[in-house]
Formats: sequence, structure tokens, C-alpha cells
Amino acid sequence: MWHWSVAWHVLPQLLHGLKVTVEATLLGSAFAMVGGGVLLFARLGLPRPLAVAVRFLSELIRRTPLLVQLYFYFYGLPSLGITLPAFTCGVLGLGIHYSTYVAEVYRAGIQSVAQGQWDASRALDLPGTTVWGRIVIPQAIKPVLPALGNQVIAMFKDSALLSVITVTEMMATARSIGSYSYDYLEPITVAACLYLVVSYSAGQLIRLYERQQYAWVN
Amino acid sequence: MLGSTDLSTLSAEAGTTHSEIECRALTKRFGDLVVLDALDLDVGRGEKLAVIGPSGSGKTTLLRLLMALDKPTSGRVTIGGEILWDEPSKRKERDLRKVRAKLGYVFQHFNLFPHMTALRNVAIAPMKVRKMGRQEAEAKARELLASVGLGDKADSYPAQLSGGQQQRVAIARALALDPEVMLFDEVTSALDPELVGEVQRTIVELGDRSNMTMVLVTHEMRFAARVANRVAFMEHGRVVEMGSPEQLFGDPQEPRTRAFLKAVLEPLY
Repeated sequence: MWHWSVAWHVLPQLLHGLKVTVEATLLGSAFAMVGGGVLLFARLGLPRPLAVAVRFLSELIRRTPLLVQLYFYFYGLPSLGITLPAFTCGVLGLGIHYSTYVAEVYRAGIQSVAQGQWDASRALDLPGTTVWGRIVIPQAIKPVLPALGNQVIAMFKDSALLSVITVTEMMATARSIGSYSYDYLEPITVAACLYLVVSYSAGQLIRLYERQQYAWVN
Repeated sequence: MLGSTDLSTLSAEAGTTHSEIECRALTKRFGDLVVLDALDLDVGRGEKLAVIGPSGSGKTTLLRLLMALDKPTSGRVTIGGEILWDEPSKRKERDLRKVRAKLGYVFQHFNLFPHMTALRNVAIAPMKVRKMGRQEAEAKARELLASVGLGDKADSYPAQLSGGQQQRVAIARALALDPEVMLFDEVTSALDPELVGEVQRTIVELGDRSNMTMVLVTHEMRFAARVANRVAFMEHGRVVEMGSPEQLFGDPQEPRTRAFLKAVLEPLY
């Protein structure tokens, strides 16, 4: 049976968990946005054997479950002498995993920049840092901002996996309430609603941005 | 086997004195397609050369190779006596930079930077390439914009300008590094007909008041006749015929030149 009083009662604890969830997502996103850039430039700029190695590593990360990677960082690395706090492992796990996707988003953005922009940059003899920093990246980012936002939302949802490596984010909080009160229905449902509210609002923000960007089409 | 290299070295040395641009056996292939077929071409210092010819004859490819936007398959090019291309496959971007600095390029589709104002478009190269201070670079950019008749459009973004105005900004931008040679690639082909005149006038004025060397690829014969002191007719990746505008338009020698001119100069009635 559903009890509103229980739902109301667990809300503050879950909100506290949500705060951890959001923190992990924001830190993980920041990591992924920098990491994605590093990965892409490594693939484009490094000498061939190294670039191939980076590519292989990206594939490895992208083609294995995030859950497995989280287990590896938290339960596997200590056997190699590297012990990191659970939250750090979680942020790294999310950040590294999503870096590989963000690199692809960046690549799409860079490909969307017209060839003529490169030609003009070369005809003006602009140095590489100017070409990337002032010409290409500013034009590449705009069209992929929505895709980037969607990656953040996906990470937000995936962050529930951090509950298995003892990070007390929202999912872990809901589960622990359930395990001591034998009442899972309300905490899990309320947590689901909170996930929904946040990711739906973020999704609407992205849509709003897209509509504004392409207003001239209509 | 005395070798073509010996000959071309000789001609390049001879060329330093009077040729601004010198192409020897310049060849560009895309797979099986031969776009430039061992083309030889000399452009004298201060000369205004118009290059005409049917689509696909290699005109634009020639300009792109001169600007080092593409790599030739083989051949040799010198600009102002300095080697741009020789054994092209071995040339590094770094080697090209120094020679490229002598050239300005105006594109068919303008290729302005859409997220920068007209002023920034023109000022960016002096700032980033010549390390000029912002104030000095912007003052120079304003001057250049004024010289193409756009003194009042400095703060407009490309999207706020007409095609003709955008192309004039692009001309100012190409002039910002004080090039010795200007290359114009069908600069009015993407324009609405009523905007063609203003761009052509800008180029004619530029030609009159400077002794810059110019190479203009164009489909507009009247414009070619007005701006150029020599005209080259290209077909199938080669220069078929070259002469003064009077000669080439008035009394073409080659049958293919005659056929082309007859087709494009067909009277309206």
C-alpha cells in the first residue's frame, strides 16, 4: 500500500541524496568535457602509434559497461595499490566513460564547420591556436550544445550506478531507507520522481535553446 | 637524363628577376581525373591576369595550388622567386607559410568568419599573424573597410550584410596582410546579378591604384577585359591561349578559344 506520510517523511533524505547525485554529475560532466577535448586532440594530433592507442582505449571504455568500470576503480584498483574515496571513483568513472562520448560530439561539431572556414584561415596564415581557439571551436560548439546537454542528462541518470560503490547519492539513499524500514515503494518512487523532475526540466531547457537557435528557420 | 630539374632550376633563377608567379609542369590529379595537366604559366610582377575557360578546366584548382590550399601531384611553383612547390609530397605546412604570406585570396563564397564583425574579420590576421596591437590593427582594418566603401559597416556581422558587401569585406580582409599578389576565385559567381557591379568596381579600383600582381578567375568576360592586361584561356587543365584582352577577345587564334568565346558572348538578340 502506498502511504503519503512515508513519502513525505523520506523526502528530505532523498533531497540530500539528490544533492550528491547532482554534484557527481556536474563534476563528472566537467571532467568529460575537458577529457573529451583531450581525447579528440590526442587522436587528431598525436603521432600515429599513440593516436591508435588512444583510439583503442576509447573503444575499450565505450564498449564495456559503466558498472564494470566503477567496480574496477573502486574494488579493483586497491589491489594495485591505488585506493580512492568512493565519490572520487564515481566522478572519475562517470567522467572517463562519458569523455569518450563527448569526444564524438566534439568531432561532429568540428565536422560541421564549413571547409571554407579552414581555407580562409589558411589563406590568412593564421596560427593553429587562433584557428582552433577563435575560428573552429566557437563555431563547432554552438550546434552541438544540445547533444552535449543530452550527455549530461544521460550521465545524471547513470549516476544511480554509483550506489553500488557506496556513494550515498539518491539511489543509495532510497535503497538504504528501504532496507531498514522494509518499505521500498515510497522511497524508490519518490526518487524516480525527483530524477524525472530534474532531467525533464533540463531537457526542456535544451529544447528551448534549440528553438531559439533555429528560430530563423520559421 | 640531364633532367627536367636542371631546366626548371634555370628558368626559376631567370624568373626571379621579372616573374612574380612561375608554374612549371604543374599537375593535379584526383585519382584518374587530371585537373591540371603539366601546366606552365608565368605572371609578371604587377600584371593583372584574367583566367577564363569552361567549368572543370582547372581554373580554381590552379588558384588553390598557388595559395597552397591544396597540394599538387607534381610540378614546381615559385612566387616572387621563392619556392612554393617542388616535390610537393615532401612539403610541410611550415614551409608553405612563408611563401603564402605574400598572397591574398578572395573566395567565391566569401568565407568570412560568421561569428565576428566585419572589423574583426579584417583585423584578426594583422593581430595574430603580424602581432599588431589591437588598436593599430583595428585602425588599419577601418581604413581598409573604408577603401572598399564599407567604412560604416565595421560593426556589422556578415549575416547582416548583402552578398556584395560581404565580398568587399573579404577583399579588405585579404588585403590586411599587405600581399604582393591577390588571387580572386570567381568572386562574383555567388552574387545576385545586381550586386556584381559593386564588387567588380572595387577590384578594378584596387588594380588601378596599386601595382599589385593579380590573378582573377572569372566567368565575366566584360570584367576580364576591363581589369586585366592579359587573359589566359584554359581548357582540360592547360593554358590553350594567352594574350592581351584585345587579342584574345578580338582575334582569338585557337579554334577552341573561338568556340568558347562564341558560346559565352552569344548576343542577346
